[in-house]
Amino acid sequence: MNYVIIGNSAAGIGCVQGIRDKDKTGKITIISDEPYFTYSRPLISYWLKNAVTDENMKYRDRDFYDVNNVNTILGKRAVKIDTAAKKVILDDNSEVPYDKLLVGTGSKPFVPSAPGLDETGYFTFMKYDDAKAIKQAVKPGAKVLIVGAGLIGLKAAEALHEYTENITVIDLADRILSSILDADAASIMQKHIESKGVKFFLGTSVNNFAGKVAHLKNGETCDFDILIMAVGVRPNTELIKEAGGEVNRGIVTEKTQAVKSLTDIYAAGDCTESFDSSVGENKILAILPNAFLQGEIAGKNMSGQEFMYVNAIPQNAIGFFGLHIITAGSYSAEDAYEVADGDNYKKLFINKDKLAGFILMGKYVSKAGIYTSLIKEKIPLSDIDFNLIKDNPGLAAFSRGRRDKKLAEFH
Amino acid sequence: MKRVYVNENRCLGCHLCEYWCAFANSGEDSITKAFKLNKEAMPRINVEDDGEIHFAVQCRHCNDTPCVKACITGALSVDTEGLVTIDTERCVGCYTCVLTCPYGCIVIDEKNGGKTVTKCELCVKNAGGEPWCVKECINGAIVFEDRGVSI
Repeated sequence: MNYVIIGNSAAGIGCVQGIRDKDKTGKITIISDEPYFTYSRPLISYWLKNAVTDENMKYRDRDFYDVNNVNTILGKRAVKIDTAAKKVILDDNSEVPYDKLLVGTGSKPFVPSAPGLDETGYFTFMKYDDAKAIKQAVKPGAKVLIVGAGLIGLKAAEALHEYTENITVIDLADRILSSILDADAASIMQKHIESKGVKFFLGTSVNNFAGKVAHLKNGETCDFDILIMAVGVRPNTELIKEAGGEVNRGIVTEKTQAVKSLTDIYAAGDCTESFDSSVGENKILAILPNAFLQGEIAGKNMSGQEFMYVNAIPQNAIGFFGLHIITAGSYSAEDAYEVADGDNYKKLFINKDKLAGFILMGKYVSKAGIYTSLIKEKIPLSDIDFNLIKDNPGLAAFSRGRRDKKLAEFH
Repeated sequence: MKRVYVNENRCLGCHLCEYWCAFANSGEDSITKAFKLNKEAMPRINVEDDGEIHFAVQCRHCNDTPCVKACITGALSVDTEGLVTIDTERCVGCYTCVLTCPYGCIVIDEKNGGKTVTKCELCVKNAGGEPWCVKECINGAIVFEDRGVSI
């Protein structure tokens, strides 16, 4: 069997591990336009603030390709899939034939147009090379403007705080981290980040750039040395779309990760849509654990096993300037349990006797996975001691039988 | 592979396993030193108490390893036997594993300000042999046995 994987990040690596679960001899080739050994994309902010070395950027041990017998074609871009001839065409016109193909092409920054933006010049913050370019450009005390107060924008702010305290973040939304936090939690985190000297302009956007000055719609102006555009990301779906595969916002797959309307082609990671079991609809869940798990399922199916990817939910674990957040599931619920003291915040969202989602900050992040399991396993809250678990996440709240299963049996 | 299993009926809730776990992972050669001199000592096992209910919980070294699959850095890994270990040099303290572990067994290392996490490694990296929590449990409430098929 001849496996080809486009993409050298979490989905691609998960696919290798999934294939090698049973198929120890099939040929595996990874193609990536980035010239690097597999590295962890979420670590670029840690690398930028010098908290992670080049060596520790590696997502897997140095001998990963050797141990798993993987050929790599790095620094070349896949530009077309010829489904009739079953081959991938690269940007140097070379061709790579496949029997089974995984597309794990990830996503790219979405940069909205604004007058003067291209002339001004900007950075994005997704790849190793982006972090390297920023590190080279940023001087101590530089004025930094970040457009976008989401996960990427604020991780960039945290990293650049190692170089300068002169950082301004603007966002169209009226709160920071609007994709994962409610208004109360966002307000706590905003104050925490502001206490480090970062300034925010929220509920506004850039009208135009004039040289190194941004004119905002609210009338403010903001001058800068370094501009980072972190408004959002878009899935890289072009290869699949052109090949005739089904694409909505992301690539549409079966639960096996096989791309709908194509044969022997699978997709995984940020370029795809997942079925969010917490709300029952397809969504792009652009998070690393999801990419790995989808890739692994794809690899198992590509190599003849039968596995389905189910039970995906939105989930995030992230920290800014030492204040941690863990969130999961859906926040649209009929009831909520909330505790707040200082920087510590907990909100459990309850719907029809089930935990629908949660937001945990500060000291409340401990043992968050207990709550995650309540969402994923759809455990009726009336079956457990919810009064206990809402304040003390643990196994004591479960029935003895369920607990013995977890603690006294192999699984 | 042998793993730690809980015999809840026998747990007295004495929490001694937590002390021995902290000692075993402290790098000190006596439990007195571990707690008097080494302020870093902290357990990877946790005794839950709820009224008359007591039981000790640590990493199950489960077959599914959701923490390993979710780890964003590759710091968590599982060996061919099923032992899940952490390379704290590669951990950045993002807590994705804390989010993922359904048993609440990933321990935030409060002694270093939460910069990394830690977990039960069945004492393979310290004194070796049988896990200290099992060895020192005074009532046989934690056992070290092979109860499942090897992966």
